[in-house]
Amino acid sequence: MTRPGHNEGFDVSAARRRCLGYRRRILGMSQKVSALHAAPAFSCIELTDTIYYGLMDRRGSEDDDVFLMSKGHGCLVQYLILNDLGILSDADIDLYCTAEGRLGAHPDYGVPGIAAATGSLGHGLGMAVGMAQADRILSRSTRVHVLLSDGEMQEGSSWEAVMMAANLGLSSVIAYLDLNDFQGLGRTSALHPAFYPVADKWRAFGWEVAEVDGHDAAAIHEAVTRRSMEKPFLLVGRTVKGRGVSFMENEPIWHYRSPSAEEYGQALSELTEVTSRHA
Amino acid sequence: MRNRFAQTIYDIACRDPRIAMVVADISPAGAMSEFAERFPDRFINVGVAEQVMIGMAAGMALRGLRPFAYTIATFALFRPFEMVRDDLAYQGLPVTVVGIGGGLAYSTLGGTHLAQDDIAVASAVPGLRVLAPCDPAETGDAAEFLAAEAEGPTYLRLGKAGEPILTQEATDPFVPGRVRCLRAGAGTVILGYGPILSLAMDLSDRIAEQTGVPATVVNVHTLKPLDHEGLRGHLSAHDRVIVLEEHVATGGLGQRIRSLAYDLDRRPRIGVAALQDRFIHRYGSRDALLAEHGLTLATLLSKWREM
Repeated sequence: MTRPGHNEGFDVSAARRRCLGYRRRILGMSQKVSALHAAPAFSCIELTDTIYYGLMDRRGSEDDDVFLMSKGHGCLVQYLILNDLGILSDADIDLYCTAEGRLGAHPDYGVPGIAAATGSLGHGLGMAVGMAQADRILSRSTRVHVLLSDGEMQEGSSWEAVMMAANLGLSSVIAYLDLNDFQGLGRTSALHPAFYPVADKWRAFGWEVAEVDGHDAAAIHEAVTRRSMEKPFLLVGRTVKGRGVSFMENEPIWHYRSPSAEEYGQALSELTEVTSRHA
Repeated sequence: MRNRFAQTIYDIACRDPRIAMVVADISPAGAMSEFAERFPDRFINVGVAEQVMIGMAAGMALRGLRPFAYTIATFALFRPFEMVRDDLAYQGLPVTVVGIGGGLAYSTLGGTHLAQDDIAVASAVPGLRVLAPCDPAETGDAAEFLAAEAEGPTYLRLGKAGEPILTQEATDPFVPGRVRCLRAGAGTVILGYGPILSLAMDLSDRIAEQTGVPATVVNVHTLKPLDHEGLRGHLSAHDRVIVLEEHVATGGLGQRIRSLAYDLDRRPRIGVAALQDRFIHRYGSRDALLAEHGLTLATLLSKWREM
């Protein structure tokens, strides 16, 4: 059982404002703690926001959609969204990565709003496939949204899950690939050219795939709502790591680093609403 | 054991819709075929893909099911080890990882299929329960417990097929987390787990022939959490302790018994009979492989005499 999942009220200009807000708040958090992952969160901000506000069914029922942040290091934006939705408190955010708080640099099961613990890559899609199969067994009409990094698609376990979702015909699984083309040691297209083309590999395994600018909320929303609902669905979002701050974009060091006070000021001053570069 | 496990799980699944099987391309034993036919959605064969077997089982448990992930022990635990650790144990999910053919059961298939070190590896994981029943009857009891009551994940080490019944004389019932006395004796106590306890029963008989009193045989089916209190009682009540295990000594029951005994006021003599710290490149019967590791009735008897 799959429903179209069309949040009619999805307002793209409101989404842009929210996304600017997340970027500012993440930079603000960067001045308090060093364990940050700002750049990897920046690349998946529009994807995550669109999932929560435009694509997930969230009515507080047993059939509510599930979201799984398989790229656990992208969780800052998820924390802020859960904060805006009243699921996490302001104090939770203030105490991020401190001994008094409960939020770490990877999402943990047991924290409100977190569907599964992630952090080690290549685990989320397998769990998402299991969740979708369980919901089929339990006759729930839930969809499982799972956000993946491109780096974790180098794990064999990810491909086991890609294969199983298609074997089981789990059209309730909607995966989002944050294709920022960066991993720990540099550009994926340079280090691992055989990783590409990505979309064709998924199609060959029996998935329906669409590819959009991963910073374009309207395109993300439209591509997912237009899926056929006959197969598991992958949205490839072409993204820019560190998107929104010029000196963070496509610079691997910002996977881990927190900006200095001076860099923080510069970053804040240049942040504007992100719009599609193809628009 | 695997047939009893399959029958028990099938029976429970008929009344409990939360029970699911996730298997990795292993030939269905006994009632597993009936399970697959009657509950096709709840029987998932992931193929030769053990990482997604555990990952899916975790996802299913997160949504309220009680999955059993099932394949040959080495592939159930070692191949997807990080999924067992992170997806199951870190999240504390009620999933049972069933390892078939623990120890040297797959005696003609070579070291790739011999689970000699699984108890040590599984026991090191925080929050992972480790069970190793000794016979088909106890396998059924363990499966009942895991399907209904157990919280958190479990590694269930089973044998294969044709194991003798060892629990018919048992004075204690199967209670998870408690040692189970299979035969009451005096002087010597033999501690062990799994089907190799049949060798412990034979050894007890031989000791009875020589001394007139059988050795006590205690089944430590729950390797984690270990029943410290029950074990202390047996260690205190006997002069000689033999730990018999189809597993390497490092991280096995013997080491844990020694450390437990260290704190006792009166320490018994302790002998550990375990698999050697090596892979053997031999094929044949399980008994032949056990003999290659020095585990025969004759060697155990002489070990006992020397103690």
